[in-house]
This record gives sequence, C-alpha cells and structure tokens, in this order.
Amino acid sequence: MIPELGQFALILACCLAICQAALPLAGAQTGRRDWMVMARSAATGQFVFVALAYSVLTYAFVVDDFSVRFVALHSNSDLPLGYKIAAVWGGHEGSLLLWSLMLALWTLAVAAASRSQPLEFASRVLGVLGIVSAGVLLFTLLTSNPFDRLLPPAFDGNDLNPLLQDPAMVAHPPMLYVGYVGMAVPFAFAVAALLTGKLDRNWARWTRPWTVGAWIFLTVGIALGSWWAYYELGWGGWWFWDPVENASFMPWLMGTALIHSLAVTERRGIFKSWTVLLAIAAFTLSLLGTFLVRSGVLISVHSFASDPQRGLFILMLLLLISGGSLVLYAFRAHNLEAEGGFRLVSRESFVLANNILLVIACGLILFGTLYPLFHDAMGAGNLSVGEPFFNAVFLVPMLPLVFLLGLGMHAAWQKMNPKTLIGRLRWLGVAALLIAVAFPLIAYGSTGVMTVVGVTAGVWVTLSSLLEPVSRWLDSRAVRLTRAQWGMFIAHLGVGLFIIGASVTSAFTIETDRAVRVGETWEIAGFDIEFRGLREVEGPNFIADEGEFELRRDGEFIATLRPQKRIYRVQTEPMTEAAIDGRMARDVFVALGEPLGDGAWSVRVQYKPMIRFIWFGCVIMALGGLLAATDRRYREPVRERAEVKARVGETAKQGSH
Amino acid sequence: MWRYAIPAVLLLVLGAFFYRGLYLNPTVVESPLIGKPAPEFTLPDLENPEGTVGTEDIAGRYALLNVWATWCVECRHEHDFLLSLAESGMPIYGLNWKDERAAALEWLDVLGDPYVASAVDEIGDVAIDYGVYGAPETFLIGPDLTILAKHIGPLSTPIWEARFAPLIESHHGAR
Repeated sequence: MIPELGQFALILACCLAICQAALPLAGAQTGRRDWMVMARSAATGQFVFVALAYSVLTYAFVVDDFSVRFVALHSNSDLPLGYKIAAVWGGHEGSLLLWSLMLALWTLAVAAASRSQPLEFASRVLGVLGIVSAGVLLFTLLTSNPFDRLLPPAFDGNDLNPLLQDPAMVAHPPMLYVGYVGMAVPFAFAVAALLTGKLDRNWARWTRPWTVGAWIFLTVGIALGSWWAYYELGWGGWWFWDPVENASFMPWLMGTALIHSLAVTERRGIFKSWTVLLAIAAFTLSLLGTFLVRSGVLISVHSFASDPQRGLFILMLLLLISGGSLVLYAFRAHNLEAEGGFRLVSRESFVLANNILLVIACGLILFGTLYPLFHDAMGAGNLSVGEPFFNAVFLVPMLPLVFLLGLGMHAAWQKMNPKTLIGRLRWLGVAALLIAVAFPLIAYGSTGVMTVVGVTAGVWVTLSSLLEPVSRWLDSRAVRLTRAQWGMFIAHLGVGLFIIGASVTSAFTIETDRAVRVGETWEIAGFDIEFRGLREVEGPNFIADEGEFELRRDGEFIATLRPQKRIYRVQTEPMTEAAIDGRMARDVFVALGEPLGDGAWSVRVQYKPMIRFIWFGCVIMALGGLLAATDRRYREPVRERAEVKARVGETAKQGSH
Repeated sequence: MWRYAIPAVLLLVLGAFFYRGLYLNPTVVESPLIGKPAPEFTLPDLENPEGTVGTEDIAGRYALLNVWATWCVECRHEHDFLLSLAESGMPIYGLNWKDERAAALEWLDVLGDPYVASAVDEIGDVAIDYGVYGAPETFLIGPDLTILAKHIGPLSTPIWEARFAPLIESHHGAR
C-alpha cells in the first residue's frame, strides 16, 4: 500500500508541475496577476509531493520491500543500511526521482529568493522550471516508474552494483545531479529574459549566484567521480574520457564560460545574447548528459539503462526544451542590445577569449564523444575514439587559455595600457618558467618538454592568482579585496594547483605489475614494499582476499596497506579495493590483481606524485566559487529590506511619542 | 538576423543523429573482414620457436583464431571456456599478441593449453592485418580460409551458441 502512496504523490507532483508551468507563463503573457502568484504555491506543493515520493521509495529500500521491482533489482537484505538509502539512486528509475527532487529543491530556493524581483519575471522563471520538471516527471511516470510492483515478490534482492558500494560513490551522483539540475536555473532566467525581451544588469546580478552555486556542485561532483574511479576501478587513472565523464565535463566547461560571461554582463551590460546562449547551452548539455547515459546511444562503463523507448522520450524532451528555447532565441536575441563597448586590451577581451576557448574545448569533446555515433549513423560502421585523441586535442584550447588566464585576472575593465599589464607580470612569467625547469629536475631527476610546458602553465596561474592577495597583504594601506575578488583569485589558484598536479602525475607516475609471493620485497621509486601475508576477510555482503603490504623507505616503516579483492555474494563480480598511502606529495597505490597459482599474486603498485593536487585543486576552485557566490552584493536586497523594516520601526516609534 | 538561428539548426542536426543512433547497437562492431579471405601470415610457433604457425596450418576445416596475451585480464576469464571448447574437438589457434614468450609459456603451463598451436606476434603486425582492437578477440575461420565471424571480448557459451555455432552448422548443412 505504501509504494502506491508514493506513486500517487508522484502523479500529484506532476500535475502541480504542469500548473506551475502553465498558469504563471500564461499569466505573465496576459498580465493576470492572480495566475502569476500561483507560481510559488505550485512550486512549494510540487516539492512536498516529490519529497514524499522520494521518502516512500527510500522507506521501501530500508524495510526491504522486494515486492517493489526497483528495490528487488538494486538492494539486498544484507546490504548495509547506508547503502540501502543510497541505492535509491543506484539505478535508472530512482536516479530520475533524485533528479526531480533536486529540481524541486532548486525551484523552491528560487521561489523563496524571487520576492525582490518583479512578479512578471519571477513567474516566468518558475514557469520555465515547471516545464522542465513536468517533462522529467512525465518521463519517470510513463517510462520508468520506480514504484512498479513485482509479482510474485522476490525472496531477496539482486543487490546493489558492487561498484557503487563505496562512500565516494554515495556522494558523487547527488552532487553531480545538484550541479546538472542547477544549470536549469540560469536556463530559466535566460528564457524568462527572452520572453520579457529585457535583460539588464540586475538580471545578471540575480543569475550569477545561482550559476556559481550549480557550478560548485558540478565541480565537487566531477572531482568525487574522478577520485572514485581512481581507487575503485583499480587502474589508478583519474580521468578516462569515458562518454559519461565527458557528459558531466561539458556542462562544467559551458558553466565556467557562463560564469565569466555573466560577470561581464553584470559589470558592463554587454555580451547579453552570448550569455543567454551559454545559459541555454549549459543546460542543454546537462540534458544531453542524461540522454547519453540513459539511452544507451553511447556505451560506457557506467550507463545503466539502455532502452530505445526511454531514449526517444528524452530526445523529444531535449528537442522541446532546448529546441524551443533556441527558437525563441532566434526570434528575440536581437533585442538584447549592448550598453557599451570595450578596447582590445581589457578585461572584456580576456573574458571573450576565455569564452571562445572554453566553447571550443567543449565542442571538441562533444565531437570526440559523438564521433562514433556520427560514424555509425552515416552507415560507416562503429568505432571508438580513445584517450589519446582527447588528451591531445584538449590541450590545444587549454594552453592559450591558461596563458591568457594569468594575464586576464589583472586586466582592467574597458581599456588598459598593455605595457602596464606586461610590466607587472613579466617577472612572474620568468619565475614560472624557471620553477618549471628546475622543480622536476630537482624533485624527480628528469624532465621533458610537455612537463615543462605543463608545470609552467600551472605555476604561472598559481603565482598570478597569488600576486594580488599577497601584494595587498604586504601593503597595509591598500584597499582590501572584496569577497568576490577573493573568490576569483582562490578559484584560479585551484586551477593552477590542478594543472601542476595533472602535469606532474602524468609525467612521473611509475606503474608496475608483477607476480609476487608472500615474503617477497621489491622496490619502486625508492620505496620498499613487502608482501607480508594474505588472509580471508568477510564483509556484510562480500568475502575478500586481503593482502598485507608493508611500505618502507630506507628501512623505515611508513605504512601498512591492505588492498582487497572482493567477491560480492549476490553479484559474483570480483571487485578490486585498492589500498593507498596518500600524502600531499605523492600516493603509493597497491591493488591486488589475480591469483597466479602457487601462492603467487599479480600485484599492481603505482607511485603517483602530486596526484592529490588534482582533487585538492578542484576543492579550492569550489571554495573560490563559494566565496564569489556569497558576496555582499547578492545579499543586498535582503539588507535593503531589513533597512526598510528598521526605518518603518523608527517611524512607528516616533509616532508613539 | 539569421545568425541567431544557427544554434537551433545545430541542435536539430544533432537531434537527427541521436534519433538515428537510438536504433543502432554500438556494442556490435562489424569487422569489414567478414566474408573476406583471412589475411595470410606465417609466424614463429610459441612452444617450438624453430617451427612456424600460419594460415596454411589453419586451412581445411573450421577453426578459431584467438588473440590472447598474459597481460590481458579478460583472457583469463574466457580461458576455461576455450579449454572446454578445445576438449569438444574445436581446433583453436592462438595469436599470442605483444607478449613475452616466457610468461606466455608459464600461463599455458599453469592454466592449461587449449590451442593446437599459438603463433607469436611480438610486434603486432598480423594483429593489425586482422584489425585487432584489443585482446581477447576471436575469429571463426572457414575451411577455405574465409573469415566467418569475429567476436570482441571474452568468449562464452551464450556467445558461442548465438554467433559462432549456427554458422558452422549452416555451412555443414549446405554441404
């Protein structure tokens, strides 16, 4: 009975989403206030019912209700409670429900913050979000109902995919989804601006914190996914250019371009139609990500549902939402006039270059990801595009981008004397190059052209990000940085650290696979590793061979590493749980391979210098975003209101005298 | 202002490709070699470095050419199936691809040897002629040295029964 309540709640949520889409939009078009004000209540109601449906599904997992098909397919009575709750998004149907829940949450937040905006505009924003929500809820109800019953009920469940039974994997999908779905907010703002025909600096000021917010979650989500792939897939790589990874990376690139373009629109009232286009593109790519993963159009290690009918529905949804907004764009974009101009050397030019390069990078990844599909659809057969293509091609727009990034941070708005800019940064560039030449030689005893290029780029961005905060800290009379400026410098510092980490890791990683027996000791990158023993351990729903390895340097004990080779009882797939001794300067990664007979095991050991900088850099980027999004000027309307209240209070007091 | 319509047109083109893509199966990679004569080769024999293994040894009956290597984890997963297949009388030739001889011999020693003989393709030239993506891959070769089928990834009973066995029977039946 309870699962049916969930289904009923989902149907009600869908009806409310349709109301939230239709009434406010129609009201804004015809000027009917009573229809426009419905937007907020419909959004609230929709959230309540989606949350109810979501709770019901979670409950079905917690109490092991294997009469629900989705639960039977993705859970098991032995699964630990935490994973049962996380298993809700371990499959297609549940993860769609999570998508809807996230969208409902964002919508609720937008509705709550929209009181300072004109009613007509706020109604259009909520109306557009309602269209997206109604589309996804209909998709869930018609093609992927998570509450479908299984008759007769299963005796026990099929268990959660062992790859997903991991703390990082528990956090990764919700983070990514918050980010994906969050891109719907700038999209809704953009479409509302097209409908209104008016896009001013206030519009950019409202849109910016939402965009940065979504971008923060995308950044953290992607970093978590990369971290998970690193230690869970057992290969020791951190990025594979897998279609699903690309699907999350493309909206990130577009979102990054959008953040920068929005900054120009807010500050200078230009780049308007471009900003709108980027907002539409970022959300289109988020939807495309869903399409690629769900439809099985492209194969990948982690896509779960392959069903042409579902794919067709998502495709129609994509064409309706993105296509519709792009048609609107085609008719309305020329209304968005620029309010000023700028010179060649100026902050605006650097942001424009940033945007163009990011869009090129995104386009290349899209092309590489879809190339097999184009090839196949033209009847030329199937093929795959691998890592070497992406690695090479991605550098082409990225190298000029990071070079310009170091300059652009210090450029003034509107116009600037190029000599001043170069004069300030010349020595920084030289220092970056010197460090990049010397550091790998001193730390790792060798170097190469790509290493120098990569480390130079990273150090250049890092130093350039630190320049302003450090020089202002040294000069006590200097004007203090605003929180948004801090955000910018810190986010870019994260980019620099990321590049250093990625360059050093790819250049100086040492990987060895060898057959070893208990008692053997061998050496890698100056570390001694001893295979101390092997035992069988039992987990709640798996058994594992656990190796014990002792890591030493110059005879001194560093760590004991215990990698496992797990066999999950229900889904008998073997899983590699790597053991990692992680330090900021390097990781030592040990993974158990296969038993080779006679007590010998194949063991993969990797030495990964500075790999932590990759994820640490992402965290710093997200932190910078957080500072930028919470700058005072985005909170001003609230303060204004507080001031008005205070003033009203005073008048009241005066009146009582 | 036609330029504002460009994004919408691009999306439409993309949509058309996706629509087409929904009805294609990306897991089937058809080799252009199917129905064509197997590329000829003569390579050193793994177990007997003086001797050779080549297409002329394979000719005259239905046989499998299985691309394998000791560094290939999936090859281990299909190994038991290959052993049972060899036991049932199917001749299997190995193409030991980019591997070390000593490791390969130890592998066969420990896990069992399903192959009539294994050809050593140390630099991978022959693998290129056969359009090999990665190991394991298996080709079904007819008595007249025509490539009848190709499977990418580990071979298993269901795949054998669905894709390889019918071809052998139908050819038998025609005779």
